[in-house]
Amino acid sequence: MIRFNQKFAILALAVIMAFGGSPACAAPVKLTGAGATFPYPLYSKWFDMYHEKTGVQINYQSIGSGGGIQQVKSGTVDFGASDAALSDAKLKEMPRRVLHFPTVAGAVVVSYNLPSVTQPLKLAPATVVGIYMGKIKMWNDKSIAATNPGVELPNSPILPVHRSDGSGTTNIFVTYLSAVSTEWKELVGANTSVSWPVGIGGKGNEGVAGLVGQTPGAIGYMELAYAKQNKFAVAHIQNSSGNFVEPSLASTTAAAEGASAALAKDVRTPIVNSPAPNAYPISGLTFLLIYQDQKDPAKAKALADFIRWAITEGQTVAEGLDYARLPAPVVKVNEATLMSLTVSGKRVLAGK
Amino acid sequence: MNQVTIKRRGVSGDGVYKGLLASAAALLFIVVGLIVYEVVRGAELSVRTIGWQFLIQTEWDPVADKYGALPYIYGTLVSSLLALIMAVPLGIGSAVFLAEIASRRVGSIVSFVMEILAAIPSIVYGIWGFFVLAPFLRAVVEPWLIANFGFLPLFSGSPFGIGMLNAGIILAIMIVPTIVSISREVLLATPPTLREASLALGATRAEAIGVTLDAARPGILGAIILALGRALGETMAVTMVIGNSNRISLSLLDPGATMSSIIANEFTEATGALYLSALIQIALVLFAVTIVVNALARLLLYFATGGRRDAAGAA
Repeated sequence: MIRFNQKFAILALAVIMAFGGSPACAAPVKLTGAGATFPYPLYSKWFDMYHEKTGVQINYQSIGSGGGIQQVKSGTVDFGASDAALSDAKLKEMPRRVLHFPTVAGAVVVSYNLPSVTQPLKLAPATVVGIYMGKIKMWNDKSIAATNPGVELPNSPILPVHRSDGSGTTNIFVTYLSAVSTEWKELVGANTSVSWPVGIGGKGNEGVAGLVGQTPGAIGYMELAYAKQNKFAVAHIQNSSGNFVEPSLASTTAAAEGASAALAKDVRTPIVNSPAPNAYPISGLTFLLIYQDQKDPAKAKALADFIRWAITEGQTVAEGLDYARLPAPVVKVNEATLMSLTVSGKRVLAGK
Repeated sequence: MNQVTIKRRGVSGDGVYKGLLASAAALLFIVVGLIVYEVVRGAELSVRTIGWQFLIQTEWDPVADKYGALPYIYGTLVSSLLALIMAVPLGIGSAVFLAEIASRRVGSIVSFVMEILAAIPSIVYGIWGFFVLAPFLRAVVEPWLIANFGFLPLFSGSPFGIGMLNAGIILAIMIVPTIVSISREVLLATPPTLREASLALGATRAEAIGVTLDAARPGILGAIILALGRALGETMAVTMVIGNSNRISLSLLDPGATMSSIIANEFTEATGALYLSALIQIALVLFAVTIVVNALARLLLYFATGGRRDAAGAA
């Protein structure tokens, strides 16, 4: 009996040494998070990879950004995830200071269903605003023809399609419309749901994709991955430098890079309408939200290590899942933010 | 001595039995009570801030933090009414056929299929409405309606395939099985002497069916109330096909929204306190509308039957 116990103890020790790494990790740390659905496919892949690598278990519920923010507020999760950065007002509602970590960037593309048009349409910002304001009603409108010389545009009505459910995708799209049009900003504004002047709503990216796919004359916005999967035509959008840019992972990363000076000052700044000449203008970041001052040292260390891994090594798997990776300057911003993470006032990571 | 023991055992056994049954019934009340309490508590902020204006305002703007529920109340009532208009004649007609005209064998086969129809999850109806019914409505039905009845405000606008009409049809298909299966049971439960007597008095077959239908009226009304309840609360299928627009439009071809669809759409991403509370207040209004509609239907049932309860018991 004694010998069996001894054997067992040695075995247990070996297991701990093999999987535990440092002695502090003797019991595997479990982290819980909740929030955004947009980055969920990537996050679940990250959590799997990270679990295999370090033994840290991360449970994530993709209940939507709104739910994630609520759970961070009530302190029921170790981290939240949101497609929209918290506004100043919402930050104030939080019991303690909250840090934002952008993890990955995404593009919102404008797809349309015009079987007779074979080459990609080029759209100016004012045209996109006009269509969703209900002012541009026909496909052969002057403003569409002006940026598409030589393209035979049909004399058919435009059916604008939007998301009916609250979503980060909508938030990026209307933040862009607000950035390029003061009229949109004043009349409609930006949020995860807005009061749309025209159009019909589809539930989820798949709902919008379905409506655009089956309705000739429809136009709709959706995440890049959905347009790719459905092989939809996507519009090239004119950016702030005047170039018509095709939405792609590279042009989305370029948008984040172009906005990096503003992000260094405040990481919550929207990256729509980025000044970079090769940037796709309807882009956005998705964030992890964690309290700046943590309570549990083991969890704080695990969280910091995970974020550091996700913004560096983790980025390599992002593109395979149609997410645009963070540009180097934004990774730097994140690393600086990580250094401010504390446990009961003491820094979590050793300073450089 | 013996007698006393038996008596005691009997009393305690009965007591336990009674207690179990009573607590099962009480649990139902407690659950409903808790739901009401939670919904009222969640809606408190919105009720205090917006007040009764909530019911008549048409603007729903989360950016400006302005919330009005009228477009959703309208959408819920209109889509359910539309469903009833289509489902009631269809449902009662099929029930009469199954109970009075078809052979027992055909009747039981068809009602088996009906029961399967009732068991299909609503999301499946939604997908069918979205991918099959919508293109058909857009390409065939709606252009025809516009060409022939476009002068009526009910059928003006453009053919989207998605909208109030689609939602009404999907709801009608979803509630027909309820109407058919209950009405058939009620018709079969009416005494055969009624039919035999009317035939003996020289009534035609149609007149005899009329007499039977009259006897079954309370039960059939009960079936319709049950079906209406399902239509009012149906969420997923409606959300997929109604077009989700918060504008009130007379046209059945235009997109709309219902109370349950707006909750399903916006609840998960609602971040502001008032926004969340307004959505919960919609749930409260939906609760109230369901109770009011049910009460009205029961009142109608009472007057239609002159307080007769016999056949209604079957429903």
